[in-house]
Amino acid sequence: MGIIRTENLTYVYGEGTPFRKVAVDGVSLDIDEGEIVGIIGHTGSGKSTLIQHFNGLLKPTSGKVFIDGEELFADKSRLKEIRFKVGLVFQYPEHQLFEETVYKDIAFGPKNMGLSDGETDRRIRETARLVGLREELLEKSPFELSGGQKRRVAIAGVMAMEPKVLILDEPTAGLDPRGRDRILGLIKEYHAEKGTTVLLVSHSMEDVAKTVSKILVMNDAKVFMYSDRSSVFAKSAELTSMGLTVPQVTRVFDRLREMGIEFEDEVFSVDYAKDLVMRLLAEKRG
Amino acid sequence: MIKDITLGQFFPGKSVIHRLDPRIKLLLTVIYIVMLFVADTFAGLGAGVLFMLISFLLSGIPLKMMLKSIKPLLPIILFTGILNLFFISTGDILFEWGIIKITSGGVTTMIFMASRIVLLICGTSLLTYTTSPITLTDAIERILSPLKVIKFPAHEIAMMMTIALRFIPTLIEETDKIMSAQKARGADLESGNIIRRAKALIPILIPLFVSAFRRAEELALAMECRCYRGGEGRTRLKQLKTAPRDYVATAVAVLFLAAVIVLNRFSPL
Ligand SMILES: Nc1ncnc2c1ncn2[C@@H]1O[C@H](COP(=O)(O)OP(=O)(O)OP(=O)(O)O)[C@@H](O)[C@H]1O
Ligand SMILES: [Mg+2]
Repeated sequence: MGIIRTENLTYVYGEGTPFRKVAVDGVSLDIDEGEIVGIIGHTGSGKSTLIQHFNGLLKPTSGKVFIDGEELFADKSRLKEIRFKVGLVFQYPEHQLFEETVYKDIAFGPKNMGLSDGETDRRIRETARLVGLREELLEKSPFELSGGQKRRVAIAGVMAMEPKVLILDEPTAGLDPRGRDRILGLIKEYHAEKGTTVLLVSHSMEDVAKTVSKILVMNDAKVFMYSDRSSVFAKSAELTSMGLTVPQVTRVFDRLREMGIEFEDEVFSVDYAKDLVMRLLAEKRG
Repeated sequence: MIKDITLGQFFPGKSVIHRLDPRIKLLLTVIYIVMLFVADTFAGLGAGVLFMLISFLLSGIPLKMMLKSIKPLLPIILFTGILNLFFISTGDILFEWGIIKITSGGVTTMIFMASRIVLLICGTSLLTYTTSPITLTDAIERILSPLKVIKFPAHEIAMMMTIALRFIPTLIEETDKIMSAQKARGADLESGNIIRRAKALIPILIPLFVSAFRRAEELALAMECRCYRGGEGRTRLKQLKTAPRDYVATAVAVLFLAAVIVLNRFSPL
């Protein structure tokens, strides 16, 4: 059994009102430990609702969720423990900053875990380095920082809890391309360094393609597929009909294939595309 | 969940009652309330019940919603009922035990008062169920606008109400999100004594205020960008217009009021 497992998970908002909405519908999943997974789907497909089940913020309307083999809501007093195991970074996490200094804000999670001051301090400095916040920023007020810096402080606040699973809901929303690359870069780095399971929710195939190894596609409250990158991108027609775009390079190479150029793999990154083009050219010459 | 707190409890629909001009609906509600207070016989109250029943059936609001609106006020209804039961000593004595005396007059008054309160709640709930809060403030603005002559800020008050109503759901949603986010960081909002709980609110309240101020600033800016200069000379996207059905409804209500007055005079009950 993987670290995150769901059985027939269903969640309904506003049951019994005219605004009833099934946001997650019969989702069964098994995500292995150490994986870095991208969750994509169009707006309102239920991504945010799904991930809030993984640390017990939402209680399933029906179905079960297991974290690390333990069923959520079987014992309510264990929920807090589980929240420390599964760190969740919400969309626009900078809106949750509240402390006087960046240092204290990052300390909020570790303090709630009951860690010693020494351990808290170690974690703050380590995560600050990981997310690229300079030491002198730690003593500043979080409200004085730029948008991208605030975002990184908020992410650090969850990373400092050293959860076994880190879930990020659209961590790049509203950032410029450079800020976006920075955040994605630090997530990748974090994954490489800590080896923990990471779930990354995003609208953007480009972002996901760059960062993750497996992809979970949500469509209208259901899981459309959960597989590795190339098999997901191979379904480019279906994805397009769901309002998702396959990365630009993938589309370019799909078109090239239609035009009769032969190569095996799906192309999902510019680097790979470059290698492929070089190889094909070499073959043609040779 | 915190989101379940609804304000104005609008229940969207397309019934005749929904489509009535909100100003007329306010007027009808006032007539209805007068009707209930003028009635001092069961027959008169019966006319009120009939009026309520007709409006309710026309509105298509589920009975469950109606009962839900009465539930929170049940203690008050019971309390006034019991007061009436024990403190009115007209009519025949039905039951006596020490100083406690229950008379037929008491029982009648209890039933009468309780029915009146229930009818009042039903009527006003029907108004808020079938009229969106925004339309309602619009109607209030129009009704109050003659007072502008004496410098009464009708437009400003209506605008403030509209903005408040518009942002209550947004702020509730925001609070929900912030609470979830802090819970995800291990914030404990449910246990401990009062001081601990008050302290636990800080991580919620500060981000909430920050965001409320940010929203206020953005809204003010957006309004200025669209040349908002107060109510002076402002036209509306949705003009309130009375239709024949509004006159019919008013006529029916006035007839009912007349019926109540007549029944007061001639009914034996
Ligand atoms: N608190 C809520 N109350 C009622 N309905 C909700 C609530 N939150 C979400 N929904 C509805 O549930 C559905 C799924 O929403 P969810 O936020 O999970 O989608 P999402 O995939 O995260 O979308 P996005 O990409 O826009 O963030 C949507 O139709 C939404 O309107
Ligand atoms: Mg979302």
